Amino acid sequence: MSHHKVRITVNGTAGEDEVEARQLLVHYLRETRGLTGTHVGCDTSNCGACTVLLDGRTVKSCTVFTVTADGTDVLTVEGLDEHGEMSPVQQGFQACHGLQCGYCTPGMVMSATGLLLEQPDPDDDAIRDGIEGNLCRCTGYDMIVDSVRWAAAHGGAGTAATAHAEGKV
Amino acid sequence: MGSMVGASVVRKEDPALLTGRGTFVDDIRLSGTVHMVFVRSYTAHARILSIDTTGAARLPGVLGVWTNADLEGLPASRSVPGMQRPCLAKDTVHFVGEPVAVVVATDRYLAADAAEAVLVEYEDLPVMASIAAATAEGATPIMDGLPSNVVLEQQLSATDAEAELAAAPHRLAIALVNQRCAAVPMEPTVCLADWQSSGLTIWATSQTPHHMRNEIAQMFGLSQQEVRFVAPDVGGGFGAKASFYPEFLLTAELSRRLRRPVKYVETRSENMTSMVHGRAQEHDVEVGFDDEGHLLALRVRITQDCGGWPDSTGIGLPTLTSFMSGGCYKIPTIAPSFRSVVTNTTPVGSYRGAGRPEASYMIERVVDHVAAELGIDPLDVRRRNFVQPGEMPYATQFEGIVYDEADFPGALDKLLEHVDYEALRTEQAARREDPTAPLLGIGFSTFVEMGGFGPTPLFEQFGYVGGWESANVRLNVDGSAVIKVGTSPHGQGHQTAFAQIVADQLSVPFERITLIHGDTATVQEGIGTMGSRGVPVGGSAVFKAANKVRDKAIRIAAHMLEADESDIELADGRFSVRGAPDQGVDMAEVAVRAFKPHLLPDGFDLGLDETAFHEPTNLSYPSGAHCCVVEIDRDTGKVLIRRYVAVDDCGVVINPLMAKGQIHGGVAQGIAQALIEEVTYAENGQPGAGTLVDYTVPSAKDLPRYETDHLVTPTSFNPLGAKGLGESGATAAPQAVVNAVVDAMGHLGVRTIDMPCTPQKVWRVLNAALAAHENGS
Ligand code: FES
Ligand code: FES
Repeated sequence: MSHHKVRITVNGTAGEDEVEARQLLVHYLRETRGLTGTHVGCDTSNCGACTVLLDGRTVKSCTVFTVTADGTDVLTVEGLDEHGEMSPVQQGFQACHGLQCGYCTPGMVMSATGLLLEQPDPDDDAIRDGIEGNLCRCTGYDMIVDSVRWAAAHGGAGTAATAHAEGKV
Repeated sequence: MGSMVGASVVRKEDPALLTGRGTFVDDIRLSGTVHMVFVRSYTAHARILSIDTTGAARLPGVLGVWTNADLEGLPASRSVPGMQRPCLAKDTVHFVGEPVAVVVATDRYLAADAAEAVLVEYEDLPVMASIAAATAEGATPIMDGLPSNVVLEQQLSATDAEAELAAAPHRLAIALVNQRCAAVPMEPTVCLADWQSSGLTIWATSQTPHHMRNEIAQMFGLSQQEVRFVAPDVGGGFGAKASFYPEFLLTAELSRRLRRPVKYVETRSENMTSMVHGRAQEHDVEVGFDDEGHLLALRVRITQDCGGWPDSTGIGLPTLTSFMSGGCYKIPTIAPSFRSVVTNTTPVGSYRGAGRPEASYMIERVVDHVAAELGIDPLDVRRRNFVQPGEMPYATQFEGIVYDEADFPGALDKLLEHVDYEALRTEQAARREDPTAPLLGIGFSTFVEMGGFGPTPLFEQFGYVGGWESANVRLNVDGSAVIKVGTSPHGQGHQTAFAQIVADQLSVPFERITLIHGDTATVQEGIGTMGSRGVPVGGSAVFKAANKVRDKAIRIAAHMLEADESDIELADGRFSVRGAPDQGVDMAEVAVRAFKPHLLPDGFDLGLDETAFHEPTNLSYPSGAHCCVVEIDRDTGKVLIRRYVAVDDCGVVINPLMAKGQIHGGVAQGIAQALIEEVTYAENGQPGAGTLVDYTVPSAKDLPRYETDHLVTPTSFNPLGAKGLGESGATAAPQAVVNAVVDAMGHLGVRTIDMPCTPQKVWRVLNAALAAHENGS
């Protein structure tokens, strides 16, 4: 198995690593970079637990080989933090009880953030469309929809995600 | 400070989970950890002729490959005697996905490579992939030494009700299938074992850490003190993480042998065939009734598909179905019986509601059948048969099954405040006349289920030490409080709910209370989180422990204030003397004093640290009434849920926000069972649902908004008056949806449809009914 050098910026921190050609980005983030907030829930790109922002766009990091992310800027759930405060999306999830076990949550939060970057004021249908690729087994989604609407009304994607998106896109 | 119980406070556990700082098992990093990967059977029933591990063992990074033969003496999982499952298949495999060998390597990718290189030679045996195949004449027995695949048979009543059925003015036979579903927690099974000379520590995705500790200690012949089992953040369980899995034992054993931590992370594809499935029951029902729809006799014959190995919980599920087969109705004679059958499929265990949703679906479908047969409104049949509020607690014919306080008709009345039933029926009639409009269906579910699991004699049957729960509450010297509790949540919000209870009892600010759970080294004892026992049993233990602390604190305060204990009041964190509000001491002062023997009465037991156990004397019985309104597209058969309204009675609600979340989640799973989900097998035992591509878990686009309301009938069987709620939605929803689907087509003579009501199936039923209708008219 061939190895390759990659430079990937994660949450504003540059890194240079040697990775196996077949390594998935989600494993790079979790194992190499030690950022375990991004989760794995399936092996078929169906669940969205691994969603991150890559150069401002949401991707399922279990579908991206680390080598193909060379030179990119990745934002994970750990990078949403705004000077110790949770981002509006994170706050919305807490305010509206948009999570129970919390396993789908980092991916769900990243998808919601990506949605609000594109569409700052989505209606309920647009929210359901936007998170359709993220499965949650606990909440039944209703309160996730409320959470995203709450976030849209309280600052949207938030400053960290907006800066990330503007920096690259 | 107002009462915290009943307040919609946001959850304490959320910030960590929302910022990626939660700790799930795979997030735990121990240096030197190596990775275990299974070699799994790709065939459903076969004799293992040989396993060649030599090629795999030579691959880079591989530390070893083990088969059953290499693990001589490693005990089997507890089950029915004679049917214990070995960690790795011994001579035969029983289902696709059963582990036959394990590989350990330095990296999970390398371990997966090596697992591919293990060569297993099988000799196929006849496959019994369904109840029908396993019970057919001449079926091959799956379990060594057993003459048939029926592994347990039981009649739970003195009569088979034949006389009563024969005497009833009407008699109807109904066949129902409660299809096999997968729990699909978003986090698959993960475990990490570290065997040191001092003992074994294992972190694993489990709902029952103490139970698992006991099992593992017993299997290895260790003292319970030498095994520490930790369930940190757990990404959903839904009953399936209450079962014991071979990987817990294998990672432990291999860590002992390799002297390194060993981690196992299940892939989703493995999870779909390896984690226990739920439901999987078939019901043959006969019901006798009179002209007004009074139910006179009910005979239920249940067949439980146990899968390839009988799970110690799974095999007992039909007893719960039997106990609950009368639903919320007074039926003079109920005759349930069951048989549990093994098949060459994934083992079946508990899944949200475990045995009660099956009963609830059955009786609620029966009621609708009776209504259709007599041409009367299904709500009238329900009303005529309800156990009335004045008859509570209501002793069913089953020993120990006594419904607690409830108001079944009240719940239905409350539901109808939200639903304009007349208007819906009018709209339904209009749409039936208009061939361009989707059909409209209205379905009801008035249900009762079991929560607050215990008492001990019932729970012992499922292999637990008891049905109690334990809690410890400690007041620190700064006036903050720590709770330790034996329940181990996986999304239920125990940190928040239990802090609310303690905040009220001790008048300590909610923010200053923390919860410790899920670790057998720090929590004294526990049974676990399942059967909606978190608040009713765990919460009651917390309540009792907090009360003991409070009583002791009052004694100290009385001493400090030189007053009589009975005159001490506690409010806003301050003890004062009744009638003399200026005279007082605050909680922190009392807490400090608790450690000063020279300033306390002689012989005072120091500290404010109390443990309590709550042993329920009865189960609790959450109930309610749900309504589902569906539209059916005539061209495609697609069922659209237009409204879903749920009125639940879980007794006292600790946190309405969290209660709403639990109802939503349960209803979502119930709707999914009704419309979408099904684990299927081909005749040769190949699973049709091996990934999330073939097994559809609903997304946000597939589910409706939910409307919820509560009726509060406190139970008198625990100090909180809480009945539990986690399983109600999944218990109530399937029949509300299916009744609505059938109702939409009722005018065409449709009486029945099996779950899941997929567009294809509904389209077929609809078109067959239309054709028959046209021919007939
Ligand atoms: S883990 Fe990436 S989509 Fe499921
Ligand atoms: S909160 Fe548990 S899966 Fe979404």
